[in-house]
Amino acid sequence: MLNVKVLGPGCANCKRLEERVRKVVSEQGVEAEVEKVADYAQMMRWNIMQTPGLVVDDVLVASGRIPNEDEIAGWLVK
Amino acid sequence: MAHTFRASTRARRGADTRAWLIVASATVVWLIAYNLMQPLANWITFSLIGLDAASRPGHAVAFFLYDVPKLLLLLTGMIFAISTLRTFFSPAWVRQTLGGKREGVGNVIGAGLGVLTPFCSCSAVPLFIGFVKAGVPLGVTFSFLIAAPMVDGVALALLLGLFGWQLAGLYLVSGMTIAIIAGIIIGRMNMERHVEDFVWEIRSGDGAVAEEQYTWTRRFAEAWEQVREIVGKVWPYVVLGIAIGAGIHGFVPEDALAGIMGKEAWWSVPAGVVLGVPLYSNVAGVIPVVDALMAKGAAMGTMLAFMMAVVALSLPEIIILRRVLKPRLIATFVGVVAAGIIAIGYLFNLVI
Repeated sequence: MLNVKVLGPGCANCKRLEERVRKVVSEQGVEAEVEKVADYAQMMRWNIMQTPGLVVDDVLVASGRIPNEDEIAGWLVK
Repeated sequence: MAHTFRASTRARRGADTRAWLIVASATVVWLIAYNLMQPLANWITFSLIGLDAASRPGHAVAFFLYDVPKLLLLLTGMIFAISTLRTFFSPAWVRQTLGGKREGVGNVIGAGLGVLTPFCSCSAVPLFIGFVKAGVPLGVTFSFLIAAPMVDGVALALLLGLFGWQLAGLYLVSGMTIAIIAGIIIGRMNMERHVEDFVWEIRSGDGAVAEEQYTWTRRFAEAWEQVREIVGKVWPYVVLGIAIGAGIHGFVPEDALAGIMGKEAWWSVPAGVVLGVPLYSNVAGVIPVVDALMAKGAAMGTMLAFMMAVVALSLPEIIILRRVLKPRLIATFVGVVAAGIIAIGYLFNLVI
């Protein structure tokens, strides 16, 4: 099971990214748990400088932007 | 293996060429549209609707019909160019570059990079933590944080469209000057202990980070995404601001505002700054109104100070920064920036 984290304090962009990730997960039938990380101290493990950040299985794959659904699918469907 | 590698490189080059062709054609269309705006607006107002060119409604309508498409075009072009440029400066690279810089040079580079690296106010905290933890001096971090919202693409595009490149340039230089000097002052005050303690205790950087691959196709795609997001968000404010501005242009008598917003009204500069704080993020609507006010006798320094306060001293950013800064440092930050903006306001009222 994949672990997906959306890093962000809860701004509009972070919510949009979370929605998009959940959409891809349900559409592609990926087995994944999606969690939100709003705590700055935890977020800084990946040294992100711009929110939102997307972490798949503990690896930061994108930050500071909202990747499109194809990109997200690329990270989730191996 | 070598063969497939070459094939994929070729495919990528093909995609990049296509992306460049699209951008080049879009530029040509943009230039034609930009130059057609004025004759088209005049034709619609005076020939199609049949308003009198010398009348007040005629003046207001022609102004509105010309400015709305012109400013939206400028915004689109400017945000696209800046966002493309921005893909070359990753925050990680900025942090690394600033890490070794001392006061002075560091503040100048910090302010300059702030202009190229716009961020939404929700990113202010991670940026701040990332910088400070990487050893970027507090003063240099503040130069960056002050410059980034103050000299942003939306404000520059609107100033360029409404006031011309001279005032846009003046705004850029004054904004950067405030960011540099405010950063140096905050740095000199040695306020590290007024940063919230948890910031220093964060164990950062032990998570793995995937390398991002950039191609021209991707740079342009990201820039276009930015254009859609930013222009999609600000266009109602631009239209509203221009509508109010057109009303002022057409109906308020000349020099009506000289008494309350002119050079002689010395208190109007600090009043403008105080008024600007709650108007955060609506700079797109504020600048067209400022343009109209200036035509009716408002002083340039006063208006410049007002616009800067709108973007640089935003209430939500102050509230968000409170998460990492203790009250003394927040108050210092607001006080130093406000003082800088007021000084710029008086300076321009005096000189111009």
